[in-house]
Amino acid sequence: MLGLISRILGKEDPGSKNVAKERLRLVLVHDRASVSPQLLQLMKADLIKVVSNYMEIDEEGLNISLDRSENAVALVANIPVKKLKRVAT
Amino acid sequence: MSEVIVVTSGKGGVGKTTTTANIGAGLAMLGHKVVLVDADTGLRNLDVVLGLENRIVYDLTNVINEECRLRQAIIKDKRFEGLHLLPTAQTKDKSAVTPESMQKLCTELKEMFDYVIIDCPAGIEQGFMSAVAAAGKAIVVTTPEVAAVRDADRVIGLLESKVGIKDPKLIVNRLRTKMVRSGNMMSVDDIVDILAIDLLGVIPEDEKIVISTNRGETVVDNEHSLSGKAFKNIVWRILGEPVPLLDLQDEGGFLSRLRKFIGLSN
Ligand SMILES: Nc1ncnc2c1ncn2[C@@H]1O[C@H](COP(=O)(O)OP(=O)(O)OP(=O)(O)O)[C@@H](O)[C@H]1O
Ligand SMILES: [Mg+2]
Repeated sequence: MLGLISRILGKEDPGSKNVAKERLRLVLVHDRASVSPQLLQLMKADLIKVVSNYMEIDEEGLNISLDRSENAVALVANIPVKKLKRVAT
Repeated sequence: MSEVIVVTSGKGGVGKTTTTANIGAGLAMLGHKVVLVDADTGLRNLDVVLGLENRIVYDLTNVINEECRLRQAIIKDKRFEGLHLLPTAQTKDKSAVTPESMQKLCTELKEMFDYVIIDCPAGIEQGFMSAVAAAGKAIVVTTPEVAAVRDADRVIGLLESKVGIKDPKLIVNRLRTKMVRSGNMMSVDDIVDILAIDLLGVIPEDEKIVISTNRGETVVDNEHSLSGKAFKNIVWRILGEPVPLLDLQDEGGFLSRLRKFIGLSN
């Protein structure tokens, strides 16, 4: 009953606002990243540092990008590995 | 200490000119000496919004090209003591209006006025770059739509990185409380959350803006309009008074009262 009243009063309706917010969020991830390619460069340098603690990687071949699917943005890193370090466990 | 404030948005038609006119009139009502600079060269609007279109002799490009003195191009408003307009050209070539010429102009205007408010063109091309070049502060206007907020985000990024204007302030214009409540319009909180800048104020969608603009008048001096009150509050905040946000809920309607009664209102 309250559900019906709510719907008449326009509250329960999922509404287009969430769609708008979600689309905006996704588009801004991309906009902001392309506005500052420095950010990706900085991250690349940091990634090399961290990953090099564990394996020898091909720094030249390293490639990172933001990939976008229907409803998510993913940071995709392609890091060619030359050699794994033997880590004492 | 004079201030140069630019009103900008990225997307066109979201309310920059309306905002410039009303903030200017509001500041003048409180006794400040204000000049509004139309930087939308080729698409002159601020003169008609203020009802001053018949009084233009010289414009911004004449001043920049030294075809007249600055004082000759400045028009005194007839309704608000202290309010002035520096119109721009409607037809002429706008290449004269460069970032450097705007900086030179604003340095002179700062000597003469307490507030120099610049109405920026839409877009992020050279017209935008010239309009923002001399500003120390920026107001970014947006509406609760995906495209407008996206463009606002872009402009905020440019202001901060390319122009060196730290913390621009946000105005959300044309908010429709009913649609926000029914979940069909982004709320002010949603927008502020996404853009992550300080909110200067919220202007409701209001017929009174259309009516006053038809007449070449402002709304900020209309005490019976919600948008007028909202602009007044923005003026106080520019002056440094921490005025709370207006309650934009429409009080009257039966449904809104019922909604409050059964606790569905937020
Ligand atoms: N809060 C509001 N309620 C109703 N109408 C509004 C509101 N704000 C602006 N408008 C109307 O929207 C139209 C566009 O406003 P305005 O000219 O101020 O936008 P602008 O950002 O300066 O546009 P441009 O990018 O073309 O310069 C005008 O007709 C104006 O009257
Ligand atoms: Mg305009």
